[in-house]
Amino acid sequence: MNKQNPGEMLTVRRGLSDNAIKRLFILPTIVLLICINIFPLIWSLGLSFADYSAVRPRVEGVNPNWIGGGNYKDVLMDSHIWEYFTITAKYAIMAVLGEFLVGFGIALLLNRDFRAKGVITTLILIPMMMSMAIVGLFWKLLYNPGWGIINYMLGLKEFQWLANPKVALAAVAITDIWMWAPFTMLLSLAGLSAIPQYLYEAAEIDRASWWFKFRRITLPLVAPLILIALIFRTMEAFKMFDIAFVMTGGGPGTSTELIAINLYRLAFAQWNTGRASAFAYIILIMIIAISNIYIKYLNKAKEM
Amino acid sequence: MPTVAQAKKRVSRWIIIAIIVVLTVVYLIPTYWVISSSFKPFKAVTAIPPKVLFKPEITSYIKLFTKRSQVRSAEELERRLSEAKWFEKKVLKLGQTITGVSPFPNRLFNSVFVAILSTFASVALGTLTAYGFSRFKVKGENDWLFFILSTRMLPPVVVTIPLFLMYRFLGLNDTRFGLILLYTCFNLSFATWVMKGFIDEIPREYEEAAMVDGYTRFEAFRKIVLPQAATGIAATAVFCFIFAWNEYVFALIMTTRNAQTAPPFIPSQLGVGLVDWGVMAAGASIFLIPVVVFTFVLRKHLLRGVTFGAIRK
Repeated sequence: MNKQNPGEMLTVRRGLSDNAIKRLFILPTIVLLICINIFPLIWSLGLSFADYSAVRPRVEGVNPNWIGGGNYKDVLMDSHIWEYFTITAKYAIMAVLGEFLVGFGIALLLNRDFRAKGVITTLILIPMMMSMAIVGLFWKLLYNPGWGIINYMLGLKEFQWLANPKVALAAVAITDIWMWAPFTMLLSLAGLSAIPQYLYEAAEIDRASWWFKFRRITLPLVAPLILIALIFRTMEAFKMFDIAFVMTGGGPGTSTELIAINLYRLAFAQWNTGRASAFAYIILIMIIAISNIYIKYLNKAKEM
Repeated sequence: MPTVAQAKKRVSRWIIIAIIVVLTVVYLIPTYWVISSSFKPFKAVTAIPPKVLFKPEITSYIKLFTKRSQVRSAEELERRLSEAKWFEKKVLKLGQTITGVSPFPNRLFNSVFVAILSTFASVALGTLTAYGFSRFKVKGENDWLFFILSTRMLPPVVVTIPLFLMYRFLGLNDTRFGLILLYTCFNLSFATWVMKGFIDEIPREYEEAAMVDGYTRFEAFRKIVLPQAATGIAATAVFCFIFAWNEYVFALIMTTRNAQTAPPFIPSQLGVGLVDWGVMAAGASIFLIPVVVFTFVLRKHLLRGVTFGAIRK
């Protein structure tokens, strides 16, 4: 017992001890997470050093054939992989920037008292809660060049969205923005509503301009929450699979071949398990780096 | 002049509210369009210009749940029409006859079953773990919590490569149990973090007072903390349900038939024969019902949920 609290001292004698309860409550979760998440990752770390295909019969020395760091070298030397990384980075920039502009913009508009504010906010938040696969599916319907509502509303006649290598990536990013801008909006609204009103009143007395108030009061005070939203969305954009896979499957050509889609193809279509594991580890290190930053900021926000 | 300034302010306020309303409508168009497409007659779905006014039909929904074949002759159509039930008549008008039930109800059942059981498991375990971390001194507490959350951040495609091999070895591929296990883990980190936030808010003094009165630690947890945390548990459970309900990648890779859930099933129908967008829209609409309902139920807790309980309001 670290604490000299009379209440706690008494309980030690009755029922299970605090230490036993602590273990009983925490251990199952840790064990389950290690079994289902960490153990497989250790397994695939091993496989990443082998030439191995999961669909061919296992013959020690041939399949898997232990080739050391060969897979990593192959992946890093493959110019296509770098192309996919570039596509993913482009996608992440488009999506996250769009989500910031749309989400923060709507939050600025909604940050005032009016009737039906609650209903309108909730209605805008609905897309965020949908399944990414289903959203991808129905945006395909909206993007249809012949009869889709988007071309009709924009007066674009038969403009090809998803079959055009030049705009397919942007089209997928727009879907991502529609779905996730509400996320940025939600965090921005939380930040905006926490800004004390007297700051604006003081600025008003000094006849500060709208732009001055925005730049000197609003932005700096909302920034921490917006940063959290943007880091999280950046991480998710690098992991993006569902929407793009359902909408374009990586095509046309390689124009929407995000790293997650390429990894899926390598692992579950070409069944190049060893090489896919090496590629997965490279992605994993990247994601862990971003999620480290993210969790650190989350913990900071907790103390605010 | 104050009155002019006031009037100006009033006008600008109305303009902003008008902009908000217009933006909301624009934001809702995609969802509205899918739902309305599901009620359109077959030809109206792909009509140019898009039809806004139409007589709603539920034929697409009937098609979604049934397997059909073309009726060969006019006499057969006549004969079948005379003894058809109301829903059979709807498809007979299109020259089709119902031959059986489609896989959709089964996939929907899998989705509900897997989502409910995995939610139950992850919230139960998550609540216990959250209590453990909230009330006791744990060595390296922050590191453990960090580890728990980081499992959530792993890209699903990365994790599934070894998991697929492990599940194949254990015979868990394409089983509901396997999927439940996977979703339980997927949501466990979320449940732990969010529940820890809720339990941290319950004053320790309540339990300590109860323990002075003779409750054991476990009784105090069960009779004092759990009722106090009920709202939090409910909100966490709804979140876990939606995550499991929406999940796509694991279901796509780990299931093929028996245990397949709706998210991989609905898009896979795109490749089968003639694309019937009305049916697709009907599937998506049914799938969205719980999402829309639960978003309204959760509206007070959304911020907390999406930030893993870090930001409370």
